[in-house]
Amino acid sequence: MMTLILLLAVWLGLWAVNARLARGRSRAARGAVPLIFGVTLLALWELAVRLYDIPGAILPPPSAILVRFGTDAGLLAQDFAQTGLRGAFLGWLIGCGAAVVTAIAIDRSPFLQKGLLPVGSFIAALPIVGTAPIMVMWFGFDWQSKAAVVVVMVFFPVLVNMVAGLKASEPMQRDLMATWSASYWQTLWKLRLPAAMPFLFNGLKIATTLALIGAIVAEFFGSPTVGMGFRINASIGQLALDMIWAEIAVAALAGSAFYGAVALIEKRVTFWHPSQRT
Amino acid sequence: MRGLAPILTVVAVIIALWYAAAVMMNRTWVYDQAARAGETVSFAQMVPLTMVQERPVLPAPHQVVAELAKATVFTAPTSKKSLVYHGWITLSATLLGFVIGTGLGIALAVGIVHNRAMDLSVMPWAIASQMVPIIALAPMLAVVMNQLGLSGLATKAVISAYLSFFPVVVGMVKGLRSPDRMQLDLLTTYGATRGQTFWKLRLPASMPYFFASMKVAVAASLVGAIVAELNQPAGIGARLLQGSYYGQTLQIWAALILAAVLAAVLIAVFGGVERATLKRMGMAR
Repeated sequence: MMTLILLLAVWLGLWAVNARLARGRSRAARGAVPLIFGVTLLALWELAVRLYDIPGAILPPPSAILVRFGTDAGLLAQDFAQTGLRGAFLGWLIGCGAAVVTAIAIDRSPFLQKGLLPVGSFIAALPIVGTAPIMVMWFGFDWQSKAAVVVVMVFFPVLVNMVAGLKASEPMQRDLMATWSASYWQTLWKLRLPAAMPFLFNGLKIATTLALIGAIVAEFFGSPTVGMGFRINASIGQLALDMIWAEIAVAALAGSAFYGAVALIEKRVTFWHPSQRT
Repeated sequence: MRGLAPILTVVAVIIALWYAAAVMMNRTWVYDQAARAGETVSFAQMVPLTMVQERPVLPAPHQVVAELAKATVFTAPTSKKSLVYHGWITLSATLLGFVIGTGLGIALAVGIVHNRAMDLSVMPWAIASQMVPIIALAPMLAVVMNQLGLSGLATKAVISAYLSFFPVVVGMVKGLRSPDRMQLDLLTTYGATRGQTFWKLRLPASMPYFFASMKVAVAASLVGAIVAELNQPAGIGARLLQGSYYGQTLQIWAALILAAVLAAVLIAVFGGVERATLKRMGMAR
């Protein structure tokens, strides 16, 4: 009973701080609110695990995960290089590149677009992770098969967005290019590609989250003895849950950093777009 | 009808490419068999042989359809070999998780719209939560849930719910905020309470957003259920993993197509409900 009251007190106390800060107008206060919320969650987690004696095989406390992070940093880095860089990032690059090229290629044919767009958005909604066992069978256990799954996963969301983006320039602007007797490629390069960028980055950002998931899940279907998915699967057998949580933390950090990097590039490339002007 | 022609063309091209790829990828086996038997096969003999293999590298479309028909229509639904049985297990987990996720998502969205502190603190973490590859957590969650004495269904539902709550939160926050200043002001002049504003203005206005995010959420929910099944005895995900262990490519493809059909049906059902509701509300576009 006492422990429950203690937990509630921590929760309500930090929440009250947040509610006060949220009423403020300063930027620093508003930036602090989500941070405090995160700290609250972590504190409650740690306290609950310690006060209720939850065994580490069910839920390890954040401090144990942090310790694991320190002791096994080398292993985690190796796993990340295998899954995050070779599997997810290379797959993302190839998949997004192929999608952009395809979008430009079918751009000249309205017929192909009318056919490919519904099919593409349909495929984008399908559980494509399911192709992982097939890719492992075709491309072997190493990172190539993981990259292949990622390519298939990211291709359609990016394609659909890019095709929509290429249509984004206004008829007036295209007419202006025509009056300057710009060639198809000049119009593409100077008008339509820049106009497509906000849409493209929308697709790229969706693809970043998909890429890491695809690479990790594909490792469940067979992998060399390195990689984040492999480590998670192997640690379950040993009930080393702190290791699993450490891998998850790496994935979350890497995913956020990747997303942040794409968002940053977007800001530089599409600085002219209303949503980027502050 | 005119919109259908390009789609059918693209589908036909995909199927044709599929057949070509099946011939390309399966021919090695045919040539190997022939070499072992000391025979030579011509191209015309090779092509049909690539489409009748038991464990092809890439099965031809009609083989997959035949396997799918065998596993759904010609097998008793109670049998462990029936895809109806496995499909139902996946579908029940999907729907349970979807209902939980949608409920949670709507509750969070209502809180976010009405409480500034919640808006500032929850929203960034809801976005960060999607960076966690929860799907990778599925096997661990299954172990933990087992220790707590919860069934496999609960594990799958939790993962489905986790994947489906996010699109609902984002869509509903947008939807509940979609009434403009004028409309909100009008209700204020009527002396409407916050509750009345919510029921009579915000909620009806959010319906188009609601249905759009439902369609995304149900697809995400299905993905969650399938991946959560990877280390469970039954379900579409289990069929995928077993198929990959034993090299049963036909089984994998049949399970994959079933998953695709399930996704398509679920999205179509919500699309239908969406059209009917929006039409009645006079919001159809």
